[in-house]
Amino acid sequence: MRFTTLIKHPADWMKGSGLHSDVVMTSRVRLARNLRGFSFPGYSAERQRVELLELARPCVESLPEMADGYSEEYSGLSKIRKQVLVERHLVSREHAARAAGCAVVVDRKQSLSIMINEEDHFRIQGIRAGLNLRSAYSLVDKVDTALESMLPYAYDDRLGYLTACPTNLGTGMRASVMLHLPALVLSDQINPVIKAVGKIGLAVRGLYGEGTEALGNLFQISNQHTLGEKEGEIISQIEKVIERVVSSEVNARQKLLEDNPTMLHDQVGRAFAILRYAHVLTSKEALNLLSLLRLGADMDLIPNCDRSLLDMLLLEIQPAHLQLSAERDLSPEERDTRRAEITRTRLQLLTGPSNVSTINQPSEEKPSDSNDE
Amino acid sequence: MKCDVCESEATVFLTQIINGQMTTVNLCDTCSKAKGVTDETGFGLAEAFLSQAPAPISAETACPECGFTAAQLKKIGRMGCPECYHTFRDGLDGLLKSMHKGTRHVGKVPHQIVTQNAIAGNLGLLREELASAVRDERYEDAARLKSEIESLQSSHPSHA
Repeated sequence: MRFTTLIKHPADWMKGSGLHSDVVMTSRVRLARNLRGFSFPGYSAERQRVELLELARPCVESLPEMADGYSEEYSGLSKIRKQVLVERHLVSREHAARAAGCAVVVDRKQSLSIMINEEDHFRIQGIRAGLNLRSAYSLVDKVDTALESMLPYAYDDRLGYLTACPTNLGTGMRASVMLHLPALVLSDQINPVIKAVGKIGLAVRGLYGEGTEALGNLFQISNQHTLGEKEGEIISQIEKVIERVVSSEVNARQKLLEDNPTMLHDQVGRAFAILRYAHVLTSKEALNLLSLLRLGADMDLIPNCDRSLLDMLLLEIQPAHLQLSAERDLSPEERDTRRAEITRTRLQLLTGPSNVSTINQPSEEKPSDSNDE
Repeated sequence: MKCDVCESEATVFLTQIINGQMTTVNLCDTCSKAKGVTDETGFGLAEAFLSQAPAPISAETACPECGFTAAQLKKIGRMGCPECYHTFRDGLDGLLKSMHKGTRHVGKVPHQIVTQNAIAGNLGLLREELASAVRDERYEDAARLKSEIESLQSSHPSHA
């Protein structure tokens, strides 16, 4: 499959469905695996990485899951194309920064990707829409078992799967869930939630993983421990935590609607107005406003707004996707103009937030408390 | 003051008195974590460092497989190759304790290893049975067991 064909279609997980999909965007599970007798990619010479790639890539491509898939070595990929794969969460930022001896293989539905020579020889990743870690795990588990029958894995009875970084030893598994938590952010409850999640040994990160900002009220929660626990136990623990965070977010949304409907309608209405009519939109502004619009759509404040339209737009307006569709490099200013143009066009189809009056609602105790002169 | 393990600047200074005998240890931040000093629950200083202390890994210690050195490990916090986990095994447990729920893998085991372990287990049992057959002078059983062992070994040469 060609790159353009792969990217033309939305991934299965972008269709905005699945359990708790009003709060949970995606569930991802990745396994780190390495081969015996080869140095880890971060320490090996280019010659060794190429040797491993030549051995491993045909095995990966031969997997039944990868039939009609997309397979590309990094030396044949432009910077923008690599970045598009990062924006689609198919490869990591770290992997995209590498060159010779690195490759990625993606299935046609974009729900399975295998990075070769990332920090580890293999990073096998499965993505599902909504809260569905188990299905993502069973996908990567199956692929892992098939690869293991073809290639000699580095495994130790005591330490489990041997990985470049000791933080991944044991199962080599990282399970992460991407959450959209606008109501917890709007009602200032997000910090205690993050703290509580951190206390039980899970990590909370921003949109693109380690060290990134939580743009668009998007947060990733994932396990930190990989040794001393079974895969199923790790997943159960995350599921339990996610269920609790989801119900906090749902409650916070309900409470906003009851206690502060004016503020909520105002935020959603402003977000719609700017996105619908602006001619210049920075990435950060667009992500944050789209988050509010998605909140409005999920709470039925915007009639007939399909969530997947917004999720697709969220991807389309990211820097590399913009440059790919323009078929050239764009300056940041050009990107902001183009981003606004695409957003205006996509939102044309929407009728806008319903025009409800909230003045006479009982919870609005002090309508006179405005700043009007 | 220098770290007793790796000669970096020491930041952790420990004194412990057991049966009137005083022991002091100076460690850098990394080594103190590696040795599990941050884990205050029941670590014995003397046990951890002196009585059964393995020879400290010097910065020049290199992995025989890939040439990766202890100094590099300390600098980047990652291993050079799978074999490094054997080379730099000493002190690893303390590090793992600070990172993970346990120090022993309990998750998925590659099917190849499961099969190998099962074969090794079967071979062990058969050998025991063979020994007892020989001891009891049950020679027919012994001959049967011997041929079973041989056929298992020939189909899985790594266990020969």
